[in-house]
Amino acid sequence: MAENSVKLHYNVDASDFTVAGQASGAVKKVLKQLGFSADVIRRVAVAMYECEINMVIHADGGEIDVEITPEKIRMIHKDRGPGIKDIEKAMQEGYSTADEKVRELGFGAGMGLPNMKRYTDEMNISTELEKGTVVDMTVLVK
Amino acid sequence: MSAEKTNLLYHSVCLEQDLCKGCTTCIRLCPTQAIRVQNGKAKIIRERCIDCGECVRRCPYHAKKVVSDGFDALSQYKYNIALVAPAFCGQFSKATDINVILTGLKKTGFDDVFEVARGAEVITQKTREILAEKKNDKPIISSACPAVVRLIAVRFPSLSENVIPLTSPMEVAAQMARKEAREKTGLSDSEIGTFFISPCPAKVTAVKQPLALQKSDVSGVISVKDVYIRLAHTLSGMTEVEKLSVAGRDGVRWARSGGEAEALGIKNYIAVDGIHNVIKILEELEDEKLKNIDYIEALACVSGCTGGPLNVENEFIANSRIRNITEDMENAQVKADEDISLFWDKKVDYQPFSPLDSDMGEAMRKMALLEEIYQRLPQLDCGSCGSPTCREFAEDIVRGKAQEKDCIFRLREKIEMLAKEITEISKMINE
Ligand SMILES: Nc1ncnc2c1ncn2[C@@H]1O[C@H](COP(=O)(O)OP(=O)(O)OP(=O)(O)O)[C@@H](O)[C@H]1O
Ligand code: SF4
Ligand SMILES: [Mg+2]
Repeated sequence: MAENSVKLHYNVDASDFTVAGQASGAVKKVLKQLGFSADVIRRVAVAMYECEINMVIHADGGEIDVEITPEKIRMIHKDRGPGIKDIEKAMQEGYSTADEKVRELGFGAGMGLPNMKRYTDEMNISTELEKGTVVDMTVLVK
Repeated sequence: MSAEKTNLLYHSVCLEQDLCKGCTTCIRLCPTQAIRVQNGKAKIIRERCIDCGECVRRCPYHAKKVVSDGFDALSQYKYNIALVAPAFCGQFSKATDINVILTGLKKTGFDDVFEVARGAEVITQKTREILAEKKNDKPIISSACPAVVRLIAVRFPSLSENVIPLTSPMEVAAQMARKEAREKTGLSDSEIGTFFISPCPAKVTAVKQPLALQKSDVSGVISVKDVYIRLAHTLSGMTEVEKLSVAGRDGVRWARSGGEAEALGIKNYIAVDGIHNVIKILEELEDEKLKNIDYIEALACVSGCTGGPLNVENEFIANSRIRNITEDMENAQVKADEDISLFWDKKVDYQPFSPLDSDMGEAMRKMALLEEIYQRLPQLDCGSCGSPTCREFAEDIVRGKAQEKDCIFRLREKIEMLAKEITEISKMINE
């Protein structure tokens, strides 16, 4: 019997960055159907999109688990990428390791992680070099 | 139900029952997933329909009809004015001069003509003022296309504040035409008829049940198709042409996509046409992915109003004519009198698609069920259940509007299971 929560799972494929954003798009639709406020939906959508794009561009794709309850939305992004060397640096606005090719596509301003932090209420990153990164974010419904 | 809410329920697009074959073409194309096929016939969900006319354009059996006024409506008034949209001027191969079309229209039953392009010029000027005063970095969305305004009302309520609260060029033109006619004829307002020649169902709805106006100044709406044949006859025998056109370049170029934004003379704008493309851009805007954009011209029809489903001419050919007409055109002196109202006078009731349940806990429970059902479905989006996608079908089931057995794949599985059971039972009996 289903209780008061919705769990969603997505695989993020890194082979085609033009389809990145599918998971955040789907979650947005679900949140609208559940009747969350526009503000909550926007925060979740922006944070998730940034994180999803990072998984595609900097890592090798991965998986996203979303848990929605009336009080909060938690999004866990797991990838099998190279890991983040210096989290503190990565969190700074404007810091990016994106190469020329990626920048030409319009990414690499170094604003993703700072925006994720700004739009969510909790954010934890655990990362291991050569193994991967887990970004765990929560948006509280206030 | 409040008056505003019923506004979303009036529609000019409707189904011709007898012609519908239940083919499911429309359910897949509808940009707001507003159509289902039930018992072999399409059914439009009124709360979701935005009258964009996508189904009118694409139904292979022409079973989607647009209810508009006929010429007989003119008999209710002493003096009738045709409100002619610039896009209309791209409809005729013989007419490279707007005056030809306007003169012809005066011979088809109208006492006078008024160019909607003049209303567009006034709106352009007002929009420039608003853009100059804009202080935040939120892009302004044009409110010129009523299908897009309705789309935002039902699907993007979070963008409601981006929509410029200006009335449409058609409404401005109607007010200006009425004023001129009153002064010229001495008739009262109720004796004057203003008829918009419409390329689309959205404009019909915008007149019959305005979303953001107490009342439209347009008396009736006649479709381009209905005017076309009459006018084509008139044009072929016409020798003298009156000089009637006064609109300038900035007004006339509104006919095609991009024209409205070009007229503003600004740099950072997006001009998007085609309802599915508009949705993509609005999604981007909602997710804050659009940076450094001041203005968004958004038109439901591909190519702009020349692509309206009630037009006769191909939109690309029409656009080429409009480009030719406007090429050496001068801009007009634009002046709208103080008493012409340019702003919306009613608050739009933004009414998003209803959530699964008004109680969030219950909505969660239904969503979990929806997911569960969806996982059981074949996920082929074949449409044979009558819903646009398997996911939408799962939603319809949860909302009590469909049953799982409507999916032929699920039905087949069930029958197979039953057959197996029957064989087993019969075996047991025989043993
Ligand atoms: N999942 C990840 N795996 C490995 N490295 C990452 C990951 N996410 C972020 N990084 C590193 O952190 C840096 C900063 O990330 P951030 O998202 O803030 O900026 P960006 O992705 O480079 O640019 P923008 O997000 O503005 O397009 C990245 O350049 C990259 O080196
Ligand atoms: S783009 Fe023009 S013709 Fe098409 S729906 Fe909008 S107003 Fe009507
Ligand atoms: Mg990033």
